[in-house]
Amino acid sequence: MALNYDIPAPKKRKFSLQIDPSQFEKATDEEKRQQDVMANSTTFLKDGMRRLMKNPLAVMSMIILVLVILIMIFAPIVVPYGYDEILTVEGTRDKAAANMAPFQFSEREQEFMEKYNTQLFPHIMGTDELCRDYFIRVVYGTRVSFLVGVFASLMVLIIGTIYGAISGYLGGMTDLIMMRIVDIIYSLPDILIIILLAVVFKETMDFSSVPVIGKLGTNMVAMFIVFGLLYWVGMARLVRGEILMIKQNEYVLAAKSMGASSARIIRNHILPNCLSVIIITTAQQIPSAIFTESYLSFIGLGVALPMPSLGSLANAARSGMQSYPWKLVFPAVAIVLIVLAFNLIGDAMRDAFDPKLKN
Amino acid sequence: MLRYIVKRVILAIVTLFLTCFITFFAMNAVPGGPFNGEKAKSAAVLKVLNERYGLDKPVGVQFINYMKNMLHGDFGVSLKTGRDIAQTIQTRFAVSAKLGLMAVVVALVLGIVLGAVAALNRNKWPDHIIIFFVTLFTAMPSFVAASFLLLIFSIQLQWVPVWSTTDPSYVLPVIALSLSPMAYITRLTKTSMLDVLGQDYIRTAKAKGVSPVKVIFVHALRNALIPVITYVGPLTASILTGSLVVENIFTIGGLGSQFVDSITNRDYTMIMGVTIFLAVIMVAMNLVSDLLYKLVDPRIQLD
Repeated sequence: MALNYDIPAPKKRKFSLQIDPSQFEKATDEEKRQQDVMANSTTFLKDGMRRLMKNPLAVMSMIILVLVILIMIFAPIVVPYGYDEILTVEGTRDKAAANMAPFQFSEREQEFMEKYNTQLFPHIMGTDELCRDYFIRVVYGTRVSFLVGVFASLMVLIIGTIYGAISGYLGGMTDLIMMRIVDIIYSLPDILIIILLAVVFKETMDFSSVPVIGKLGTNMVAMFIVFGLLYWVGMARLVRGEILMIKQNEYVLAAKSMGASSARIIRNHILPNCLSVIIITTAQQIPSAIFTESYLSFIGLGVALPMPSLGSLANAARSGMQSYPWKLVFPAVAIVLIVLAFNLIGDAMRDAFDPKLKN
Repeated sequence: MLRYIVKRVILAIVTLFLTCFITFFAMNAVPGGPFNGEKAKSAAVLKVLNERYGLDKPVGVQFINYMKNMLHGDFGVSLKTGRDIAQTIQTRFAVSAKLGLMAVVVALVLGIVLGAVAALNRNKWPDHIIIFFVTLFTAMPSFVAASFLLLIFSIQLQWVPVWSTTDPSYVLPVIALSLSPMAYITRLTKTSMLDVLGQDYIRTAKAKGVSPVKVIFVHALRNALIPVITYVGPLTASILTGSLVVENIFTIGGLGSQFVDSITNRDYTMIMGVTIFLAVIMVAMNLVSDLLYKLVDPRIQLD
């Protein structure tokens, strides 16, 4: 018996949810295409970067930072003066070259240029009280501040993440004890302890023979030690909180029920989800480290002379503030610019990588 | 609640003890005793002096003695001037406290007002202007702000006289100290105000015809200010550390400049005394702000 497909539409009853096929029309090809997946599948990093690039402030800050980094790398190659080099003309010290204004040449330098009909490299930011080219000193100061900021943040990143991850993943008694320690460290007045340790290390330790560190001085060692001892607690707390939250998610349960090992769960499920918090906190840690370094340098506990840092340059410029204000303005503007750029990038990264955190 | 208070107080005491411990042993590690002055003393004299001040005893005993004395308000004497440290702290802190309190008030009032204005005018020009300056001020270390203020208003424009003890002008130092905490409070107030404005009870209040002014001040602002309480502790720390450089720049003879001077002069007993004194204030303010926070808003669940 052949089925009769040609059933007439059933009679529509009032209040019935029965639908009437004759009221529908077929989707056009164009409409069907709307169902297609338009965007390529994207990774977490790509997606975040795309959102980051849409933020004009973040892009501007990145351009500024790239410029600063380029100047930091190439200026010492281009500029023929050293950061601790006292200006000389034809082999003898040029005593009149102290505290010159930007782009000014001393009399002897002018004579020299006329005599040999050459052009000396200009002093872009003038010179300091010891006849050293100020631009190169500011560049080196920026280098120091920048590197201190980045390395201190990396240290915080490593210690904080490992500590937080262990505490959060193990849980129970271990977590309780580890977090009590964090509580105590968190409530210590950190800046006072940095000052204290900087004072003590200055007296007791000598790193002058060690490369790089010797040039930066023991105070910087003190700062790094304190960063390693105290500053990671914020990061550890965040990572722990994040891990506790992720641990309770269904996909972790699903992975466990399918027999995934702890290592696999941490690697594939927990860490990628913590990544945004870790990246954002690291980015926000950099300006805070730069702040601390410049603060210490400013009260005379910073990098060792003659190595400049932005804080110590600003401090040294205070004595001649009335006559040579630019000596204060250049390093101060450099600090503000770098910290501002890092702050804006940090905020933009928070918005881009972790929309949940956006208020 | 009681358990929480007890827990927080114990934590504060442990923190303070640890700070004293670190301070004492750090200062003990520094070479040279208090009697290594300019004039060389004979071994016999040194021995008598050490015995007299209990410095011949083991470090542990010395620490206990120091703590005992400190609890009685005795911080010892300065290595450089020989003056009583507790007394120096007292007179110097009077200046710093005045400056600090003014800065706290300015930061709180301006921060809350600006934050509320920014939140109420979200994405309009007042919000943009406020957020622009707030972003700038958070990127400005206190010594940069202080130096610039001094350079512009005292030296170039000569509007405000430079600080002197006979004619103290608190305007610039207070501004310099309060800028960065003010910026932080503005951000905090704005965020929390926006959060509160989206709550149901605000809509209810508006719906039942409460005047907009009353909605803002009674319903929104009061609740929005709760998170600001948590910032009281960090605010104190920020102003105290800021005062170290700001007092130095404006040559104000407060505790901050005293501390920096004692660092340059290697006056170890003074460094120790001031560190512990400042630590007590910071830890106490943290405790107060934590307890207040819990007290004001019982909904908050703190572990």
